[in-house]
Amino acid sequence: MAGRQRIVIAKPGLDGHDRGAKVVARALRDAGHEVIYTGLRRTPEQIIMTAMDEDASFLGLSSLSGAHGHLFPKICKLLTEQGMGDVIVFAGGIIPESDREALYDAGIRAIFGPGTSTEEILSFIDEAVQKPSGVSVESGWKWQGL
Amino acid sequence: MNPVGNGRGCEGLNRRLLAKTLSEIENRQLIPKRHEGLIIAFTGSPGVGKSCLIDRLIYEWSTTKTIAVLAVDPTSPLSGGALLGDRIRMTVLDEPELGKQVYFRSVATRESSGSVPSIVGDLASHLFSEGFDMVLVETVGAGQSEMRCAALANKIIVVEGPSRGDIIQAEKAGLLELADLVVVNKSDLPGASKVAHEIQSSLNLTDTAPNIVLASAQTGEGIEELAEKILLTKSSVKTNRARIRERILMWHENKLLHRENFDYVIKQISSGELSFEEGLVILSD
Repeated sequence: MAGRQRIVIAKPGLDGHDRGAKVVARALRDAGHEVIYTGLRRTPEQIIMTAMDEDASFLGLSSLSGAHGHLFPKICKLLTEQGMGDVIVFAGGIIPESDREALYDAGIRAIFGPGTSTEEILSFIDEAVQKPSGVSVESGWKWQGL
Repeated sequence: MNPVGNGRGCEGLNRRLLAKTLSEIENRQLIPKRHEGLIIAFTGSPGVGKSCLIDRLIYEWSTTKTIAVLAVDPTSPLSGGALLGDRIRMTVLDEPELGKQVYFRSVATRESSGSVPSIVGDLASHLFSEGFDMVLVETVGAGQSEMRCAALANKIIVVEGPSRGDIIQAEKAGLLELADLVVVNKSDLPGASKVAHEIQSSLNLTDTAPNIVLASAQTGEGIEELAEKILLTKSSVKTNRARIRERILMWHENKLLHRENFDYVIKQISSGELSFEEGLVILSD
């Protein structure tokens, strides 16, 4: 298993649904990671600051409002600009298949939809720490599922 | 826009580097040089409003001081993981200008017992060397007899609230006696002034009773006065003995925790390979 990671779970934008984010946070906690949950309705700038101050190695973004296409790439870009290109970004929520390629292009390494097992997310964490998978790394690596 | 005590403020501070260095200290890859400074610990039971009070107080202080917050939450004794949730309450971090004057870091207790892990002292040392004027430590929610924060803090603020039991709770010995100041938070709720009264009359039986302040992090009532009083409060001499005691206990615990065979012995005892007494003998070699 990957050693203990510091993982920020964030809810960007105007989206009040955080059941999924909390379940993921809990699963990561139970797997031995330190999880910082941002709470609801965060701006990209606030999320970057949290990830920076908390020295997160992973950033999980959750959105069920449909704004992922705008917010997620913006967050990826800000991370790179702030010298945080080594942070590994993954996403979850309601994200249609047709939107995913653009998110992978922005540097997101995994997208988890409804029904994903927590086991799969943990496997992703384990594998991602061993791959060139920081948000600004142009490796083309992405999570292929279990 | 640099109103800060030492003239440095957080401007020009490389927050990314600061965060990385604090991680190295936390992971014990780096031992910082000792730097003294003002450490104020906020302790009290879960849910009394420690985070929200700290948030309000930062609004008062951060116009003249640079502040770092180390907010401690418990590590799971089963998985070693932690959910660090104090940051959610910190509205001051969202302020475009004020937020930049504050550094907030969530800290898990990891292997330490007690409401404040010893590593917090090292983290604070480094923050002082980076020019922060004060470090606020939010302990794990702790009730009556948990006083580990005394080992590290210059001032101990005990946070209380209404509806927390009857007068006998205030008569019990423990944490309250070590308080340099007691805040009864949630003064907007019924029963708060009664609680303040009860604590007052209980503590007044001793000759060096701490100040008791009623405040509400929710409405802001009493916060200005509280902010002022905390800075004026002197750490009392009577608690010196307790502080030293906690320091020694912390030092001993660290020694034990960092023994190579510590986890191994626990495993051996829990699987029945060793009896509890045999385990103790191995650990006290």
